[in-house]
Amino acid sequence: MTLLSAPVAAISPRMPLLSYLWRDKMAFASALFLVLLLLLVLFGPLLVGDAAARLGLRQRNLAPFTFNGGFLYVLGADTLGRPILARLIVGAQNTIFIAAAAVFSSMLVGGALGLVAGYSERWYSHVIQRFADVIMSFPSLLLALIVLYTLGPSMTNLVIVLAITRLPIYLRTARAEVLELRERMFVSAARSMGASPMRIVFRHIAPLVLPTLVTISAIDFATVILAESALSFLGLGIQPPDFTWGAMVANGRGYLQTAWWIAFWPGLAIMLTTLSLNILSNWARTVADPQQRWRLQALRKAAR
Amino acid sequence: MLRYLGRRASYSLISIIGLVTLVFFLTRLTGDPSALYLPLDASADARAQFARLNGLDQPAIVQFFTYLGNLAQLDFGQSLRQNRSAMEVALEAFPETLKLAFLAIALATSLAIVVGSLAAARPGSLFDRIASLVSLAGASAPDFWIAIVGILLFAVGFGWLPTSGTGSAAHWVLPIFVLTLRPFGLLVQVVRGTMLSALSAAYIKTARAKGMPRREIIFGHALRNSLLPIVTVAGDLATGLVNGAVVVESIFGWPGIGKLMIDSIIQRDFAVVQSTILVTAVAIFLLNIAIDLLYAFLDPRIRY
Repeated sequence: MTLLSAPVAAISPRMPLLSYLWRDKMAFASALFLVLLLLLVLFGPLLVGDAAARLGLRQRNLAPFTFNGGFLYVLGADTLGRPILARLIVGAQNTIFIAAAAVFSSMLVGGALGLVAGYSERWYSHVIQRFADVIMSFPSLLLALIVLYTLGPSMTNLVIVLAITRLPIYLRTARAEVLELRERMFVSAARSMGASPMRIVFRHIAPLVLPTLVTISAIDFATVILAESALSFLGLGIQPPDFTWGAMVANGRGYLQTAWWIAFWPGLAIMLTTLSLNILSNWARTVADPQQRWRLQALRKAAR
Repeated sequence: MLRYLGRRASYSLISIIGLVTLVFFLTRLTGDPSALYLPLDASADARAQFARLNGLDQPAIVQFFTYLGNLAQLDFGQSLRQNRSAMEVALEAFPETLKLAFLAIALATSLAIVVGSLAAARPGSLFDRIASLVSLAGASAPDFWIAIVGILLFAVGFGWLPTSGTGSAAHWVLPIFVLTLRPFGLLVQVVRGTMLSALSAAYIKTARAKGMPRREIIFGHALRNSLLPIVTVAGDLATGLVNGAVVVESIFGWPGIGKLMIDSIIQRDFAVVQSTILVTAVAIFLLNIAIDLLYAFLDPRIRY
């Protein structure tokens, strides 16, 4: 292969990861965007204060890129004259928080169930697997719709529903890993020394499964953001006065002809976030795989 | 083969029964439909009669067994909203979704195979990098937002396409485009990945050494051997397409199963919700069987 012999540029030995990141400009831009987003989520609401809820009769449907309304109105204002930029920042907090909570609880519960299902061969192991099958065998959004409509839309319910729909992925991955790990020597050693199954699973096996689950959760984050946005868009997400990006798009849907910016910006924010997450996880996969890493090392010379 | 199909069918039956049970009790939790279907000032007598007529005065568990008994006789209940057989309503909407989904997945798969293969043939080239970015963007795009931006540009802006509804061929363009985008993006990445590893296999070197034309190596040898993972992912995406259909149908007013589902949930038309779930679940079951058969056809080593 000609590509394999491409000269390997020097990689700074001290900060190899950052150096790889800098080399792939798209991944670098994505990382930068995500860091900025995270900072906005943490500190943004402090900066904009109550501007996101402040009504302004004179700013109603203010077009974007007009600077007479002040900095907050750069992206325009919605039908009630609330600045879209401030709402984006507050919406970001809700969006990211819901997705993070859903991914985290899904990983925790799915991982634990997967550990049990992988280690034990009792009846509940089969019940757990069939349970995952039922969830997997049906389009998640439909189930989420029914459940949310029944339980009533709220932030807690949204997190629960999103977590349940993503559960099988963690469950199956954890189970598959345990199936392999439980045959290893250290497990038999622990067993012969009299460790209880609980101790073996959670003390000896779980730490080895965790890194895989964390990797999956990073990729899953984008999917969950998209699912949450779709549910919020359909009106079954969190309810006003709280809102997420998806709900903002839904709000602007009725004003496409007169004020396109109300629906456009929040959608763009969703898209940029999920795109950055996907680019970054793609990059991470390449870096982590020794068989693929040369692609990054050769990136600059690769234009053929 | 028959034994395999039998086992597969029995597993799916468990899933479907679990689903039906879950949905039955969930929908019963949403509240009394008589409040929606009778006038506000309806007397208590009228309400009681409405409940008795529709079997809603029984305890939920009794209703459930009545429902199961009726299911066994292929009686799926009456639609409260349309006053005819619920299954009839569901089966009327289903082909509309099927047409959309089939066109979208066919388009996504064929386009993705071409783009992904060409990208994998020259990794690191300009085409590869553009294809990667476009596919990532497609996979990260929130479908409801793409739909809205599409309406904004092509219906409101240029006036080329209708905003919603069915009828002419122009009505198909936006829904199909929105539905195709995400499966296309995800599939391009899968095709590219599997093709990359297929193209570095020894038999490709042999073929190249024999002086075989490049096109034949890519599409004849490498693609033929990477079809299995592509089919797997395409099948999963086809199931997931129902999710997209819910959003797309409700935005474009498409009279398919997704829109019917949302409308029926909101109108508490239980029998129709159940029937749409059943139809979708059976369709997905048949799809999975078809994919399994396709495996055996594509790879003669696979026998059931």
